[in-house]
Order: sequence, then structure tokens, then C-alpha cells
Amino acid sequence: MTMSGELLTGNLAAAWGARLAEVDYVPAFPITPQTEIVETLAGWCERGDLAARFVTMDSEHSMMTAAGAAAAAGARVFTATSSQGLLYAFEVLYTVAGWRVPLVLVNVSRALAAPITLESDHNDVLAARDSGFLQIHAETCQEVLDSILIAYRIAEDQRVCLPAIVNMDGFYLSFTREPVSRPEPDRVRAFLPPYRPSHLGFKASRPQALGVAVLNSVGYSHFRYQMHLAAMNALAVHQEAADDFARLFGRRYDLVDGYRLEDAEDVLVMSNAFATKGKAAVAAARARGRRVGLLRLRVIRPWPSAAITQALKGRRTVAVLDQNLAPGLGGILYQEVAATLGGEPDRPRALCSFVGGLGGRNIAEGEFEAIFARMAEAGERGRGVGPILLYTEEDRRQMDQWVTIAGNR
Amino acid sequence: MTWPHETYSKIKQLPLEEQVLPGTSLCAGCGGLETLRLAAKVLGEKVVFVNAAGCFTLLAVYPFTPFHGSWLYTTMGSAPAGAQGIRDALDVLIAKRRLPKEEDLKVVVLAGDGTTYEMALSATSAAIGRNLDFYYFCYDNEAYANTGVQLSSATPYGARTTTSPCSLQHPAGTVREKKDIFEIWRAHRPPYIATLSARYPLDLAEKLARASRIAGPKLLLALSPCPTGWGFDPFQTPEVARLAVETGLWPLKEAVQGEVTHTYVPKRRPVEDYLRLQERFRHLFEPTRQEAAIRHIQDRVDAYWSRVRAEPPR
Repeated sequence: MTMSGELLTGNLAAAWGARLAEVDYVPAFPITPQTEIVETLAGWCERGDLAARFVTMDSEHSMMTAAGAAAAAGARVFTATSSQGLLYAFEVLYTVAGWRVPLVLVNVSRALAAPITLESDHNDVLAARDSGFLQIHAETCQEVLDSILIAYRIAEDQRVCLPAIVNMDGFYLSFTREPVSRPEPDRVRAFLPPYRPSHLGFKASRPQALGVAVLNSVGYSHFRYQMHLAAMNALAVHQEAADDFARLFGRRYDLVDGYRLEDAEDVLVMSNAFATKGKAAVAAARARGRRVGLLRLRVIRPWPSAAITQALKGRRTVAVLDQNLAPGLGGILYQEVAATLGGEPDRPRALCSFVGGLGGRNIAEGEFEAIFARMAEAGERGRGVGPILLYTEEDRRQMDQWVTIAGNR
Repeated sequence: MTWPHETYSKIKQLPLEEQVLPGTSLCAGCGGLETLRLAAKVLGEKVVFVNAAGCFTLLAVYPFTPFHGSWLYTTMGSAPAGAQGIRDALDVLIAKRRLPKEEDLKVVVLAGDGTTYEMALSATSAAIGRNLDFYYFCYDNEAYANTGVQLSSATPYGARTTTSPCSLQHPAGTVREKKDIFEIWRAHRPPYIATLSARYPLDLAEKLARASRIAGPKLLLALSPCPTGWGFDPFQTPEVARLAVETGLWPLKEAVQGEVTHTYVPKRRPVEDYLRLQERFRHLFEPTRQEAAIRHIQDRVDAYWSRVRAEPPR
């Protein structure tokens, strides 16, 4: 069925995803904590293990343009970035999505400057949520690899034709080795056929103009809405791909990932690697008799409204734990979940918002216990709380100490 | 001084086929369009243009395109990277036999001076550094013309733009010198660089033909008189283009493997003849003549050509 599991970092799993997808082209630019992905691919291209051209670009802005242009020319393209790099490429994300070309970009989530730091949170990738790129957020190294293959299937589907981001957490996945089962190349080809696009490509016998100006609102509205419809198509296409993937490889990925939801009255909503911590906390709370569960958001664009509504209807309390902060608003995913549930007749009694894990800050088990307690309380009162920043007394003592040092000459 | 023409010595030899068809949204009398039209005749049909946001974005407006060949719109800052992606993809697909070699295309960046001299300079530098096989065609109209004529690094001393207006502090308007992009490119040691003028079509066509025989990064820098931005009647475009060359302000030259040759040495009329035709320089003459500013422009041109004369003839 599959090759035996081996210990791979998230970055190596990502590189394997690209290799198994038999990509043609990898424009690259280094940034921590993504660099291991492009280093690995550079080595494989150099040694002929992967029949792709690897080009070191001068910036993420150029990298993203080269990636999109090569995809427009009919190549299967892979690239990766992180944090500031994603932001530097930002203008081109919209451009490439507007070209309606498929490619896969792995983003290794890292918090944004200033102040600069290296560890993970999700303000980088969530800033790109309206670009037209599809977004799959992985929890494990295995899911990183598998999601890349699934992402190509969706992106290249004629009903979609949009680029995709596969997101993983910096350090927590990028440099953490986990057992990863590497799919066999023949089976991958059965899942993801060799890339032969019929509608894309620049060639002498069939010229095409791509990205031409539309100097009127009618044309612009049309093309933008087509992108929306295509992104919505990706919901069904994802499920088809997920079914095929499960059949071929025995691993099941849905739009959302429910954990111990069956009779849960309070549900924590999370994404990415910290969802594993959340699941452990749910298991511990269950052992103490709390009826809690967890919903992990896996596909964030397109936004799986129906799956989220289905999973959360009739619950007592739903709390979204955002690993991001929109200053002046709060948690981004909380807002999206709240908007999704807002019009539902059997929506949860209370909606809570927690913000944690900023800049890679750990979330301790005790903090999850406190969250569950607040959720229970909110459910009793029928009124949500938040946004609440997860920040302990110990954190605050530490910070006070630093402020004192910084303030002293 | 004469320059040997190997391919195009008579106007009749220029290809009759038009590669850029009329009826676009560009301004009447656009000098840039005329240069592109001539250049495209030599480049032929098998071309993909990678357009940087700018005036020429208005060439292809949905659902029309004036080109027989292909076109990709990119951002201002990354058109050379777009060329990289297409060139690489074509190479890879041909190598993998997914694209027949006959389907190959010339990859041409189309960019204005704002892109060329400023926003895409970093991406351009890198593309040259990677020895990308591409043409970089710059229509240099010496301002951000598409947005209503603002100062760019290509705006010459003494020109007025909407962001470098004349004032008591700056009576001459733009008080900095035009960036020397030819020399900036040359410092990167690309195999081919040339300046072009639409008023000298044989010189232009010959340079395109030469460039076509050379692999690697190639700059084709076309001075593009802009009736709208420079303030002259559209019918005067050829005359303004001619005077730019004849006054010595726009030297026609090329650099093959770094070695500079002037392909035409004008007898050199006073710069005033060129400046007087244009609204953007009107303040140098009215209401009071700014002798020092005019002198400054003339001195700079004189100094340039005195250095050229010191070069050994080709």
C-alpha cells in the first residue's frame, strides 16, 4: 500500500510532496523556517532525483511571479515561503490567482514583524485569505505531504483553476520529525495524473493573452465573481480528491476534522499543529468527565460553512482559539466562525474567543483547562466572552522583568 | 560616422507584416507604440510579451489584443521574473518533450521607465545575473505617464512633471539628472544593450536583428516621445524623436559584450531646438528665459559627446 513510515520533518515532508507530484519547476527564495524545503529540492534537482528546474530568485515577489508565469506556460510549479516572504509576495498572490493558474505554495507559518520573531502564528497566511489562493492548513507532517498532493488535484481541476497554499507551523512542524508514510510514486500517479493542461500554455501555434486589462466594472465584477464560484467549487472537488486519497492511501482528510464531537456540549475550534495540543487537552478533560470536543479547521479557503455549521449546531458553547491577532478586532477565525453561525437557528448558546500561541508561545494544558472552565461558565450564562489573550501571571512577571531591564540605562 | 547594416539597409527591407495591430487604447501619437511596432516587425510572430503595469497595459483590453503573439500582464516590480518563469517553463517543457521545439517563443518584457529605472530594477538586475535569455523592451517616456505624468528616475533635468513642478525654489522643475540605465545595465555585463528611436527605423531594426542573434539578457531602450506628457501635438512625434537624436540628447548606441558603439553621430543642433517644442520645458523660455538651466543641459550634452569623440571609431 505505502512505503514504511520514516521520520521526516514537516519541511522534508513538504519537499517529498513536491517530488511525488513530479513538479516541473521550483522558483525559490530562502526564509526561515522554510529554507530546508528549497534546500532539499535544490539537491534533488541537482542530482537528477527530481526532473525539475530549480531557480533561485531575487525575492519572494519575483519568485511568486516566476511561479505564476511558469504555471501559465503549462508547467507544474511548486514553491515555498514564510511570514515576511509571503507578505513580500502579496501583490503577486492576487495577480497569480487572477490568472487562474494552478500551483502549490507551502507557507511555513511564522509571526510577522515588527517586532520580528521566528516562531509560528497565523497572521501571515490568514492575511492571504482573500487573495484567491485556496488554503489547506496541516496539523501533522504526514498531512503536509498528503495535502500537497490533494492541493494539486484541486488546483488543477477544470472546475477550480486556482492556486493553493498548504500551511504548516514553523518549528512545531517544520523542524519536528514525525513518522511519515511516503506514498509510492505509481499510486501517486493514479491519484494525481501527469500534468498535461489543455487550456494553459504559451506557444507559437496557439497564442493567448492572460491578465489583460478590463477597464470597466462589468468585466471586473464578472471575473472576480468567477473566482469566487471556482473557489466554492473546490469544496466538492476537495471531497472527491479526499475520497480518492482515502481509497488509495487509507488516510482520510475532510474539510474539517472533528475530534470527540459525538456528544460534546462544548467545542473548541482550532487549526494547524496546536490542534494536537487541543485534542490532548480534550482527551484529558473527557477523562475528568467534561463533555468537550474539538473541531479543527483544515480547509480555510474556500470556507467550509456547511461543514462548520453541521459540526457546531446545537452545542452549548463554541470557543475559537485563534493563533493570530487582528489589532482592533481580535481573532480572525473567531470572526469567520461567528459570521457562519450567526444566522443559524440552532446555533450554540455562547461563542467565545481566545487568542493564544502568538509568536509560537506554547499553550499549556492548564490553560486549556481554564478555557474549558470559561466555556462552561459562558454556556451556563448563555453569553460568550472574549477576545481573551492567553497570557499567564508567570508570562507577565517575565515581561515586567524585561521591561525593567530595557528601561534601565 | 557610418555604421554597417547587415540586415536592414533600406526601408523596403523592413517586414511588411504588422505584429501590433491598430485600434488600441493608447494615446494618439504615442512614440512608444511606434517603436514597439517597428521592433515587433523584426521579432516576428513567435513572441510572448510580458507586460509590466504601465501605459502599454492599455494595449490589450478585454476582449481585444493587438498582438498575433501571446501576452501576460504582470506587476510593475516583477516583469523580468515573469519572463524568467515563462522562459524556464518553455525550456523545461521542450526538454521533457511536452512542447515541440517549433512552438518555442521569444520572451520579451515590455516596460515603461518607471518599471525599468525604478520599481523592477532589482528584479532586472537579478534576471541579468541569471543570464536569462530575454529581451527587455523599455518605452522610455521619461515620466510615470500613465498616471498623469509624474517624476520618474528617467525624467530629465529641466522637465516639469506634476510632482516636480516649477516653483521659486525649483524654477527649472526637475533638478536631478536622468538616471543612466544604459550604464547600469552595462555594469551587469549583459551581451547586448541598445538605444532606439522610432525616427531611425533602420537603426532600430538593425539593432533588433542583432539582438535576435544573441542569447542572454538584451536591453532595447526606446526613447518614446509622449504627446500627452511632454506637451506637443501628436503629429509632431517624429519631429520630437528626430530632434532628441539630432541635438545629441538621445544618443543612438549599442553595447555588444560591453563594448559601446555609437551607431549614429549627429551634427548636433542646439538642445534648445528640442526643448522649445515641448510644454514640459516651456518654463525654461517663458515668462523669462532660464539661461543657466538651458546652458546646463547643453553643457551636459557637449561633455557627453566630447567623451564619445575620444572613443576610437568602429
